[in-house]
Amino acid sequence: MNEMTTIARTTTLKDWETDQEVRWCPGCGDYAILKAVQRTMPEIGTAPENTVFISGIGCSSRFPYYMETYGFHTIHGRAPAFATGLKLANPNLDIWIVTGDGDGLSIGGNHTMHLIRRNLDCQIMLFNNEIYGLTKGQYSPTSRVGTTSPSTPYGSVDRPAQPAAFALGAGARFVARGFDVSKELPTVLKAAHAHKGAAFIEIFQNCIVYNKDVFEDFAAPKGAEDRQLWLKQGEPMLYAKGTKGIALDAEALHLKTVDVVDGDWQAAGVIVHDVTNRSVAHMLVEMPFGEFPMALGVLYDDPRPTFEADVVRQNQAAAEGKTADLQGLLKKGQTWTVADGGPEL
Amino acid sequence: MATAVEDQADKRPRPLSDAVVVRFAGDSGDGMQLTGGQFTLSSALAGNDFATFPDFPAEIRAPQGTLFGVSAFQINFGSSAIETAGDAPDVLVAMNPAALKTNVPQLKQGGLIIADEGEFNDRNLVKAKYAANPLEDGSLAKWQLLKLNISQLTMDAVKPFGLGNKEALRCKNMWTLGLALWMFDRDRQPLIDWLNGKFAKDPNLAAANVAALNAGHAYGETAELAGPLKQHHVDPAPVAPGLYRTLTGAEGIALGLVAGAQLAKLPMFFGGYPITPASAILHHLSRLKEYDVTTFQAEDEIAAICSAIGASYGGSLGVTSSSGPGIALKGEAMGLAIMTELPLVIVNSQRGGPSTGLPTKTEQSDLYQAVYGRNGDAPMPVISARSPGDAFECAIEAVRIAVQYMTPVMLLTDGYIANAAEPWAVPDLTTYEAFPVEFLTEVPEGGFKPYGRDEKLKRPWVRPGTPDLLHRIGGIEKELGTGHINYAPDNHQAMTDIRKAKIDGVKVPDQVVELGAEGGKLAVVGWGSTFGPIHQAVRRKRAEGGDVSHIHIRHIWPLPANLGELLKSYDKVIVPEMNTGQLKTVLRDQYLVDAKPVNKVSGQPFTIAEIEAAIEGALA
Repeated sequence: MNEMTTIARTTTLKDWETDQEVRWCPGCGDYAILKAVQRTMPEIGTAPENTVFISGIGCSSRFPYYMETYGFHTIHGRAPAFATGLKLANPNLDIWIVTGDGDGLSIGGNHTMHLIRRNLDCQIMLFNNEIYGLTKGQYSPTSRVGTTSPSTPYGSVDRPAQPAAFALGAGARFVARGFDVSKELPTVLKAAHAHKGAAFIEIFQNCIVYNKDVFEDFAAPKGAEDRQLWLKQGEPMLYAKGTKGIALDAEALHLKTVDVVDGDWQAAGVIVHDVTNRSVAHMLVEMPFGEFPMALGVLYDDPRPTFEADVVRQNQAAAEGKTADLQGLLKKGQTWTVADGGPEL
Repeated sequence: MATAVEDQADKRPRPLSDAVVVRFAGDSGDGMQLTGGQFTLSSALAGNDFATFPDFPAEIRAPQGTLFGVSAFQINFGSSAIETAGDAPDVLVAMNPAALKTNVPQLKQGGLIIADEGEFNDRNLVKAKYAANPLEDGSLAKWQLLKLNISQLTMDAVKPFGLGNKEALRCKNMWTLGLALWMFDRDRQPLIDWLNGKFAKDPNLAAANVAALNAGHAYGETAELAGPLKQHHVDPAPVAPGLYRTLTGAEGIALGLVAGAQLAKLPMFFGGYPITPASAILHHLSRLKEYDVTTFQAEDEIAAICSAIGASYGGSLGVTSSSGPGIALKGEAMGLAIMTELPLVIVNSQRGGPSTGLPTKTEQSDLYQAVYGRNGDAPMPVISARSPGDAFECAIEAVRIAVQYMTPVMLLTDGYIANAAEPWAVPDLTTYEAFPVEFLTEVPEGGFKPYGRDEKLKRPWVRPGTPDLLHRIGGIEKELGTGHINYAPDNHQAMTDIRKAKIDGVKVPDQVVELGAEGGKLAVVGWGSTFGPIHQAVRRKRAEGGDVSHIHIRHIWPLPANLGELLKSYDKVIVPEMNTGQLKTVLRDQYLVDAKPVNKVSGQPFTIAEIEAAIEGALA
């Protein structure tokens, strides 16, 4: 988000829909994410013409065609680089990057890392479906060990990347998690937009064709309260209807789950979520699901000056007091004049 | 060789032939590029025309004294028009055995070697793989040899300043420069001023360097009595009156890009990634913020071009620059710029290839890559600069075509042009016609079509942020007019045809004949930095009565409309190129002319003599 440019505008969900036919597979989690974004935009209150969706290549990267905003469907893995040039050319634009686990962490991992460490003001929505959908089902850098796919008929052997941990390790100042059909997703998106700087959102997304229900273990509505930890600023990290919580094992320096009796979370040592606590954020992004619930919501949010603001500031400082006299520049340095009689200094 | 008696009899500076070639060669750490650069400046101030050729190793600090660590700087200066750095040096300054060994074979027979005998010790001789000391064994008999212990003379000269041994020896290049200034009857004062400015923070060091410079100069004066050392005076070259400066190709491109952006009334965004020999362009532009230039050192070559395309999408002039290997990485993004029809300038400072090849040596072997090197039918205009001054003009031309046709444009230069310097008559910018960009800002009559076209087939340029013109672009085939995704067979045929027709229709000036007649026995067709040697060779052959003309192509793609007919008006066509025959193939393909290749891929520019020989062969 950018305070210079938040052009207040009353819009409805319809204002953010294009006339283009949506071409994802029926039942794809992308539909739910698209709706969540279209529902969120009027609540943010920005103007469609000031908004740009930039994507790479993959199923998720078709996203810009369906948003009634400016949009640029670029090349595989490079969306962050286009976004960087665009934002430097016009810092007033509100830029959303749409990428996937293959686009953003495999072919484009380098650009994702540098975008985050530079802290360009934008929202990065990484749709993680743990599979290559558009190329028909090969395993991806986030696929779990043993994933069988056309390219790994005997199961994948490489260990998966963890998107949120990657982002935080790259220096992210905002890391959040959500999933496609979650009702909380708009809240997460709004928080990301409100963060000035690179806001990284991992969105678990169900690929109905090639990796169906791979997130059901925590995303299924039944029993969700036992498997999802929704983090809220200033509130204790409780789940399972308040009967369980996350505490710190101060000696071993790692998180642990604790039982909460009679709602007395303080007695159980449950931690209160502080979005600016980077140490706890590092533990949350690596908290193994199964033993722990899945950490969702805003895991970390602590803004720093943005890249484009610093570039603009430096450009202005460097140009201050100088005139853009190109003719003068051409003559700069040691010159000599050739008169009809010959050269002179 | 002149005798000592004659030297004594005549102390006036003696006129030499109208041009002199001097090569300074030493260890990478000896400051030869700096020495050459300052000698170049003194040539300019003396009113000589000149051309230079810096030739340095790819290693930053190659091990001292080794053959591959030799750095050389050649300058050709004279009282007539100079267009090449010269074939064979008249004077070689060799600061150590390795420099002598690698450079003496090119020295003109009877030419002068000035060697620092203080460096010809056993250790350095072994490093240079000399079995015996060449200064002593008579192996240099066909040249004139002047042995001076420059190291010792420098140490003596700077002794009063109390420098450490290492620091004192670093003044050697100034001692050498002082001697060279004396040899060519040059004024020392501008150099003294420059040294005082450079070492303003350390006046003692400045004074030591000035002392070394003066000592070298004084040595020339007093040593004139002995041996081959003589003073020469080279008259000023007759050049058009006006204001001049020295210009390298990298400076020419940087300044031309800024001028182009101003003529287009656009801010410039430059996305770059360090690579030899293209980095100098990034360095120059990063100091020009007040000209509405934003520079961005990206994480890689791909991000560099993608950020530039992103900036163009946002309404800036996107520019990226690299050399062959980096250009290869940018290929996919160029295709996207072609598909989305966004303006972009891509500068390729060519170097020896393939792969990493010869990073610091020059070559013209990326012409195929520029014209053909992308997936799909991906036409793109290509322009090539012939000299540092021409690079300024070509950069403006590249910007003009990019914004007037909404297309990426490739500007080819090479390592030779990028590093070489020439005197440049500072142009009057008011004589350039502006080509201000008009963005589409509201819905035109008949409705808005992102891929609607004007008479030049150009689509509108709409900046994000513009109300009522919201649209999406991307790399998937676009539907005629609307720009929506469309995979239909007829649509792809039509869009491919339009993209080709747009670039074929780019208006480029008719090809002129640089020297000689339109039509005749032989045309020598060149492009890029071979201009100098071709021009001189053709001039010499014409002076001897040869029926030969020089044609030099700036617009590689699309080619000038009259070129086919022009080439067919000669009995024979030869194409000298620093590659294995790339322009030759394009010309054959486009015009069915029997263009014959003349090739050199040694990492060194053509000599005039090599082109003369090719002309003789073709006319025989």
